[in-house]
Parts: sequence; C-alpha cells; structure tokens
Amino acid sequence: MSANAVEGRVLILGVGNILWADEGFGVRCVEALGDRFAFPPNVTLLDGGTQGLLLIDPMREATHAIIFDAVDFGGAPGELSVVRDEAIPAFVGARAMSLHQTGMVDVMALSRLLGWQPDALTLIGVQPVLLEDYGGSLTQEVRAQINPALDAALSELARWGVAHAARPAFGEDADIVTPALALHLYEGGRPSAEAACRMGDERVLAQGGLNGGRAA
Amino acid sequence: MTLQTPNGFSLDNSGQRIVVDPVTRIEGHMRVEVNVDANNVIRNAVSTGTMWRGLEVILKGRDPRDAWAFTERICGVCTGTHALTSVRAVENALDIQIPENANIIRNIMQLTLQVHDHIVHFYHLHALDWVDVVSALSADPKATSELAQSISSWGMSSPGYYRDLQNRLKKFVESGQLGPFKNGYWGHPGYKLPPEANLMAVAHYLEALDFQKDIVKIHAVFGGKNPHPNWLVGGVPNPINMDSVGAAACINMERLNLVDGIIARCIEFTDNVYLPDLMAIASFYKDWLHGGGLSSKSVLSYGDIPDRANDYSASSLLLPRGAIINGNLNEVFEVDLTAQDEIQEFVSHSWYKYADETKGLHPYDGVTEANYQLGPNAKGTRTHIEQIDEGAKYSWIKSPRWKGHAMEVGPLARFVIGYVQNKPEFKEPVDAALRQLGVPLTALFSTLGRTAARGLECQWAARELQRQFGRLVANIKAGDTTTANMAKWTPDTWPTSVRGVGFTEAPRGALGHWVKIENGKIDSYQCIVPTTWNGGPRDNEGNIGAFEAALLDTPVADPKQPLEILRTLHSFDPCLACSTHVLSDKGEELTTVTVR
Repeated sequence: MSANAVEGRVLILGVGNILWADEGFGVRCVEALGDRFAFPPNVTLLDGGTQGLLLIDPMREATHAIIFDAVDFGGAPGELSVVRDEAIPAFVGARAMSLHQTGMVDVMALSRLLGWQPDALTLIGVQPVLLEDYGGSLTQEVRAQINPALDAALSELARWGVAHAARPAFGEDADIVTPALALHLYEGGRPSAEAACRMGDERVLAQGGLNGGRAA
Repeated sequence: MTLQTPNGFSLDNSGQRIVVDPVTRIEGHMRVEVNVDANNVIRNAVSTGTMWRGLEVILKGRDPRDAWAFTERICGVCTGTHALTSVRAVENALDIQIPENANIIRNIMQLTLQVHDHIVHFYHLHALDWVDVVSALSADPKATSELAQSISSWGMSSPGYYRDLQNRLKKFVESGQLGPFKNGYWGHPGYKLPPEANLMAVAHYLEALDFQKDIVKIHAVFGGKNPHPNWLVGGVPNPINMDSVGAAACINMERLNLVDGIIARCIEFTDNVYLPDLMAIASFYKDWLHGGGLSSKSVLSYGDIPDRANDYSASSLLLPRGAIINGNLNEVFEVDLTAQDEIQEFVSHSWYKYADETKGLHPYDGVTEANYQLGPNAKGTRTHIEQIDEGAKYSWIKSPRWKGHAMEVGPLARFVIGYVQNKPEFKEPVDAALRQLGVPLTALFSTLGRTAARGLECQWAARELQRQFGRLVANIKAGDTTTANMAKWTPDTWPTSVRGVGFTEAPRGALGHWVKIENGKIDSYQCIVPTTWNGGPRDNEGNIGAFEAALLDTPVADPKQPLEILRTLHSFDPCLACSTHVLSDKGEELTTVTVR
C-alpha cells in the first residue's frame, strides 16, 4: 500500500446520466475539472456515465479515488457533501445508478470482492433538486455547487500530496466528455418544451424528482 | 374471466394476483403482475414499463452527426449498439458509403459488445436465477474441483482455489454488504444445483467479472476511449497508422496485437468456461422447460454484421434476417424496415395518444405524445398503483408489431431463424447442445433455450470476431488504411429533406432508428428497441407480447418469492432504459412483491 498518492494512481470519476438534469452533476464536475486544470500523469479523469461494471476496472487500478455524483443522502436540495472511506457505502446505497441497477455501491462491493483496497476514497455528492427532466441540464442550485465541488476535490488532492496547475484560459479542451455533449452545446441545442413534448403529464413533471421536482 | 388471444394464448385473470415491482437486475424499470390459479400456475401476465421515454424528442433540432453521442447515453449497457444504429441511420438518409475497413471495424465493435454483453448477462444478471450463492458456502471444495475438471480443461480448478474462494465469499457475506447478492431468494426450492455446482458457478461469476474488463479494451482501441467510445458518420474515428507509436487515437501494430490477444481469450473463456457452465447448469434444469412464449410462433430479426460494406441485404448479413409467423417454421419472410405496412407501433394499451388508436404508425410517422390514464379496474392512485388494469392503457412501452404480429426478438429469435434457414453455423451448435442434454428440438422454445441460444451466440460471435479481425489485418497488409469517407461531411452537401433507417442486432434483439433530416438538422427521430418488441403491452386486437406470453403456464412454487418469474424475464436480458423512464417516487429501488 502506498501511503502517498504521489506514488499511487489517482482516479477522479464523474458518474451519472447527463440526460437526466441533476443526474449529470458528476459528469459535469469532471468535465469542468478537466477543462480548467492539469494534473500529473498518475491522475486519471474519467467520465463514467452510467457504465456500472465497466467502472470496476478503473476503480481497481486506483489507490486514491474521488467520485463526483448526485446522491440522495436526505439533505436539502442542492446541498453538497463530502464523505470519506468507510462512510461511503451507506450513502451511495440510497440510489441505484444505472447498469442493470448496478449502482456505485455494487461497483464498490464487486471491486472489493475482487481484492480492491483503496488507500483513500472520497465521495463528493450533491443532493439533486430535479431528475425528472429528460434532455434537461443542471438546475441553478446544483450548477452553483460545481465550483465548491471542484474546490473540495482540489483540497482533497492537496491533502494527498497531488499537485494541480491551471490550464491556460483559452487552452485546448481536455475532452473528458464527448465534445458533442459538452455542457454549452448540450444546453444550447435543447428543443423548446413544446417541441420536446415536456408538458402535460403529472407523473413525469409534477410528481417527479426526489424532492417534488418541477417542470423545466 | 377467460380470454382467448388472437395469437393463440388463453388468459384467465380470476386467480390470486402477484405484483413484482420493480423487476431487479435489469436496466431500467419494469413491473409485472400475474394471476395464478389454485395450483399456483400463471394464467395471466401483465408487463408494464414504468418509465416514460423521450429520446426522440430531445434529438429534434440537433446535428444528425452528433445523434450517436446522445443515443450512447441512453443506458448503461447498449452504448455502442445505439451509436452504431444511429450512424447507420444517418448514412442511410444521406446516402453515405463507408470504406471496407470501417465496416470491418464496426463489426469488430459490435461483436465485441455481443461477447461482453452475453457473458455479463449470463454470469452477473441471470446466473443468480439458477445458482444459489448461499448454497455455495456449504460446498466441498475438493468435490467442486472434481466437478469442474470433469466438464472443462480450464486451469483454475484446484481444491485450494475453490477453498480460498469459498472463504472470500464467506467473508463477503458476513460483512453484510452483499451488494449484488442482496436481493436473492436463497434457499428457494426452485434452485436445483448441488452446492458444488453453485460454488463453481460463483467462482466463474468472479472470473467473468475480472475478464469482462479486458474485453472492452477492444472498444478503446477502435473508439479512442472507454466507457464511451467515439463513432463517426462516414466511417470510424480512429485512423490506421502502422508507423505510429503510442499516439492515443491511432490504430497501430501494438494495439492490433492487444486486440488479437483479447479475442483469443474471448474464445478460450467462452469455450472452456461459459459453455461448459451453461451445459452443466442446463443439465439440472432440463425438466424446467417453461417460458417459451412466442419463440415457437413468431420471431423477428433484422440481421447484422454485414460481410460486405454498405450491403445491408439479407445475403450480406452474417446474423440472419427474417420473420417467422404463426408457428410456421417452414417459411422465413423477408423484412423491410421502410415498408409502411410492416413495422408499426400501436398505443391502444400504452400511455400515449394517437389521433386514431385502432391503427399503428410506421416509425417514420411515429408520434410520442404522453397520455397517462388508468383503466376503470385499476386499484390504487395515479402515483401509487396497487393493481394495473390491463383492459385499458397500462405501459409506457408501445406495442410494435410486424404485419400485425407480436414478435419475439433476441438471440433465440436469431438462432431459430438461422436454424430454419439451415445455416450450419446456427443449426449445428443447437443440435449438438440438444443431443448433449438429451432433449428434443421443442426444448429450445423455453426460458432455458433462450439462455442457451445466448451462450451459443457468444461462441459464434467470438469466432466471427477473430475472422473479422483477420480480414482487417489482411487489408492493412495489402495497403488499405482508409477508415472514413468524409465527402458528405458538411451539411452543404446534403439534400434539404431526407430520411433514413439504421438497424443492428443488439445483444438483446432487433434495434432500429428512423431519422428525418430537414435543412441539416434532425426533424424527427424514432427508435424501436428490442425490449419494446419483447416487453410491450397488448395491441388493440388483444395479441400479447413476448414477456407476457413467456410467463404463462409457469408454476410458481412460492408466490411471495417469484423466482420463476424473474428467471423467465431475465432470460430476455431486458433493457428498459431506452424504452421508458423512471417514475418511482423517492427513487425507491427495493422490490416489493405483493400477493392479492
């Protein structure tokens, strides 16, 4: 076991489905982190989407991991939380991710069953405001937590002894997320509510969302 | 009340009602309700997709060259196959021809997905319907070793290996964090394997988990990255440059060697682990031949893996194409995805609205307008349904039909069609498996047959993967390194108004995307996904779909632990993420089984 992340392998993983409003928080965080900062070669930034079992491998290779995710931990909508190590399963267990209901808790359980013992694992989660808005993007409350989430990740990395540097302001995009799905293109290309048939069904709109949701 | 369906099934909803919601170990959300008679045999089945879908509408107005990237995000398992279907639809609309290498590389991507998905499905989503994990704890490691060595030459099979594994499993179970094992009906009388076979299967569950991560490295080589590989309208995104060293997005010698090695291991694992396990498990369940449903009556495959670039006719497709109806196994009909009177979607029992719901709509004219209403006999409230009224609208999935017929799609459908067409690569493995188990051809039309067809297809796909890879290497050696045709990349080269269809055989069945492009932007986009075919509700004539048909006549040992229902539904490898969208409040994931 390497006590110091400088000698180990660091994974920064964003998970969730960008097509479901605040579900995209994790992916948007790792996208923003990659666009703004550069890291040493032993640090991997990964847009994990909802790829359940496919995330076991990058997880297992990591001695230190940060996971960005939208998590239902019963807090106020938009609340950011940082949870570490043994405390994590209880939190991510609240909500299945996607792959055949292989949520992050299952990914972690299976990784451990295969012998994975990370030195450090940190979950940076946001309590979603709205999920039931297909094709929608982050709500204002959740979007406002991207910068604090990145700050939390950077201070976690600093604690582990991992350096970072700001990218040039107009530098190359890191392309962590498929370019066609980059946040500004994704939001800019969204059809109107009328065109996209986003109205008129209370099961989709009125009742949806973890906290009572609302229409976009 | 007893009801005869036009497609030959008898339904009786008078008995005790069992509700399973949600069905676990699937992608997406579904609910099933069945009625059992006095002997606990299923006499009526109701399959409900409990999620609303809206993929079609979020693509409107977007650049058709980007559609694949959106479709890749629909769900956690079908990433590549949606992306491939999408680029094919756009190429069909714009009449773009792709180079031979691009076709081969896409075949490699798709076959890799088939192998990966089938292995993951068998071990990680379906095996637990046949294998009792808790029983494995009482197995004798030495006897397990003897069993394993009697069925396969696979190396990891010593008594010490099984003893270690059993200890790891014990620790895992004792830790209380059961993860994927937590929702099992352990100890259920429906489990028939001896403890040693259970332990062997659990060992291979873990080995498969370890191996599956390597399979998908092929996607990273040709698609640039995982878990979301890149695709390209007009070809494939990564150039071939045999002189390059280390460049991330190039196909070079080092990467081709990596692919070659992974393919060899796919064949080895399928031949020495997956198939022996499948046959060993099947030998204990060959008296449990329920779940045939539509498979002996009406099956459909669009076909896939074009042997010749840009030729999507039946003669070019290595996975067979065709339709069988009314149980007539002597005739396979040709399928035309563009014919207005062939593929149509009905909504008389779906929570959507058509101007005239007695008629179906071809996907080019598809309408996705929500209309959520419960029937007069439903129990509960609109947000907490206790019991569905299947006489009215009852699912977020539409009912697709081929010339009015409900069809089963998937590996079993493909193998039945290939078998009937006398294609040796499909007929011979089926006959050999039936011989080995000592069961007649009719045994193929069952839950077990569906599970077996998937394994046989995995074996076929692994070998075809190797053949396609050989063709790619030969082309490169002959100096052909072209991977994309960018002549019609820019929208100014496109007609103002075009439409096209793309199709694939996804691991779980026939998948089609229909796109209309107006002035360079997507005007309409319709998908019909495999689970729509299999899991859709009844149509206005009363024909039932594949899920509902497959559940009928199955005895349920304990209505409170409906293992048999899950076993049959899982055999389809359901994936509802793209057919529908979640609506459960509070994000509850716990399955509740209600017996009324």
